[in-house]
Amino acid sequence: MLNAHALRQLAEPGEIINMRTLRFLLQKEFRQIFRDPSIIRIIFMMPSIQLLILPWAADYEVKNIQLSVVDHDHSQYSRQLVNKVTSSGYFKLQDYSGSYLNAMQHIEHDEADLVLEIPADFEKKLIRENEATLFMAINAINGVKANLGGAYLRSIIQDYNREVRLKWVQLPRFNPELQIEVTSSNWFNTSMNYKYFMVPGILVVLVTMVGAFLASLNIVREKEIGTIEQINVTPVKKYHFILGKLIPFWILGLLILTIGLTLARVAYGIVPTGSLLVIYTFAAVYLLAVLGLGLLLSTYTSNQQQAMLLSFFMMMVFILLSGLYTSIDSMPAWAKAITRVNPVTYFIDVMRMVVLKGSGLKDISTHLFTVLGFAVVLNTWAVIHYKKRS
Amino acid sequence: MYSVIANNLKKQYGKKKDVVTALKGISFEVEQGELFGIIGPDGAGKTSLFRILTTLLLPDGGTASVDGLDVVKDFKAIRQRVGYMPGRFSLYQDLTIEENLDFFATIFNTTVKENYDLIKDIYSQIEPFKDRRAGKLSGGMKQKLALSCALIHKPSVLFLDEPTTGVDAVSRKEFWEMLRSLKKQGITILVSTPYMDEASLCDRVALIQNGEILSVNSPEGVINSFRQPLVAVKDSNMLQLLNDLQNFEGVQNAYPFGEYHHVVLKDGYSANTVSDFLQQHNYHQPDVKTIRADIEDCFIALMKVSGEL
Repeated sequence: MLNAHALRQLAEPGEIINMRTLRFLLQKEFRQIFRDPSIIRIIFMMPSIQLLILPWAADYEVKNIQLSVVDHDHSQYSRQLVNKVTSSGYFKLQDYSGSYLNAMQHIEHDEADLVLEIPADFEKKLIRENEATLFMAINAINGVKANLGGAYLRSIIQDYNREVRLKWVQLPRFNPELQIEVTSSNWFNTSMNYKYFMVPGILVVLVTMVGAFLASLNIVREKEIGTIEQINVTPVKKYHFILGKLIPFWILGLLILTIGLTLARVAYGIVPTGSLLVIYTFAAVYLLAVLGLGLLLSTYTSNQQQAMLLSFFMMMVFILLSGLYTSIDSMPAWAKAITRVNPVTYFIDVMRMVVLKGSGLKDISTHLFTVLGFAVVLNTWAVIHYKKRS
Repeated sequence: MYSVIANNLKKQYGKKKDVVTALKGISFEVEQGELFGIIGPDGAGKTSLFRILTTLLLPDGGTASVDGLDVVKDFKAIRQRVGYMPGRFSLYQDLTIEENLDFFATIFNTTVKENYDLIKDIYSQIEPFKDRRAGKLSGGMKQKLALSCALIHKPSVLFLDEPTTGVDAVSRKEFWEMLRSLKKQGITILVSTPYMDEASLCDRVALIQNGEILSVNSPEGVINSFRQPLVAVKDSNMLQLLNDLQNFEGVQNAYPFGEYHHVVLKDGYSANTVSDFLQQHNYHQPDVKTIRADIEDCFIALMKVSGEL
């Protein structure tokens, strides 16, 4: 009579038993993930914190520029000008003095960002000679603030210039200088709300972190504790073990994406113009690529500290060279080359395309296939490099 | 048929400049169903040897077989039939006792039920706590769990790497009793330990030092090979006594051993000559007696000889 064990060995078709092993590996993985309070915190707190707080801080509009006005004129026109500048909402009048040296001191103490100097005969010249000069000194330590502050001030002064002229010349018999006025309309983000643009990007970073780094940390932890050794002496196949690690984090990544999209809708009213299906299709492929990266990281590191530091470094590169904060078009050629091999770039682009513009699968197919390529290369590399013995 | 054969195994770590040779050509055979001990100090190469035999590490030279299967070529088949318990507790600390056992049973394509009789004696002791997480267990309980997990697929050869290190005396004794009963089931057991007193509990022992095997013998054989006179000496000032003894011309080796000093004498000397020598050096009533060497004395002697070479 055959006992159960012998029967199984006779009828070793493999596949059924293999599925059972994989199912058990997955079950074990999920148990561990949901038993680890720090992971639960990361899964639910991280998206909330990052999505609810960061977009408010990652604001491209520069506000509260400290302005120091040096008024040598003290005329009606100069006062009108200062009034117009301060009432724009971008500037805060830090001080109003009569000496440039005094104002410069404020700049030196970092109390002022901009100095606007109005010369003594500003009003007189403006009326008599039909032109006047102003001087602007900019604190360029913070490049963004200096650039934008200068530009804001310049456009306010231009505006003022036009107003003054309008008052003088009721009927434009002839224009002293040619004026072109430009009006623009913002497509896809009509109110130029930067949050519509930032939130999808930040969400991509979140999904990437969970996918690549939680997965790599998880595997490295098994190395560190020595449990991988116990697994390695068993007949568990390499691809079983790897699938057992990839699938849970693939699901977690999609879960984070769902939480993030819900938060974006609830907190910012961002409803993707395009189809959610397109986002999820891309995310599914994208997660394969970043999970492959995480797997690769884990095969090259031997403890969690190394994995952490490496992840940290990679994340910095990924974020800064992904077009999340800065435009890729304005980067030097070598940086552009890096953005092309950065999977984050593609997902951020796709998210913005789908959320703001409503792009469909056809529009993002190039992105999709590029990321699929990444997934294949990274996973193959990782599987080859993962050894069950040394 | 031999269950485990190691033939001139070599292993080196590190590159060019910092080469550490862990194994310098190790050869031995283990009989089927034998309880084979590998005794040696820390850093002797015990773990490297076990990792090669369990197919976790590739040897740099030599061959080895487990159950007639080559450790390099047939590693897949070996993994089906060996149980390995590493020196460090390496089960999932965040899974419970039961979950760990179930997990390892499943990945070996078996169930706990199927081989329960094999682990019953061991597992029944920790079964009342089966819902407790492995990380929260005491050292002795962890060890029992690890042994259960290594046995759950009914291996034909069991490798235990320093199973008793860091375990209290009572648990150690219990553990060896468990090994004796496993041996009765026909499982070949290789166990490594730094504790020489455990050698006498094995069928045969190999003494390993600096990556070389000094001797392979049964515990009795090891003791019988010790032919020199051995005395135990005790006095009130033990430190001074040891220094004086080492200056005595008839002494080959003297070392502290519990409350006595053990003194290995050169041929032709005896307890009386030691006693006379000590009385000449102002020891009034030194306690000197001839004793039969135990396994530790044999190992100390072997290690001293190999160290001098």
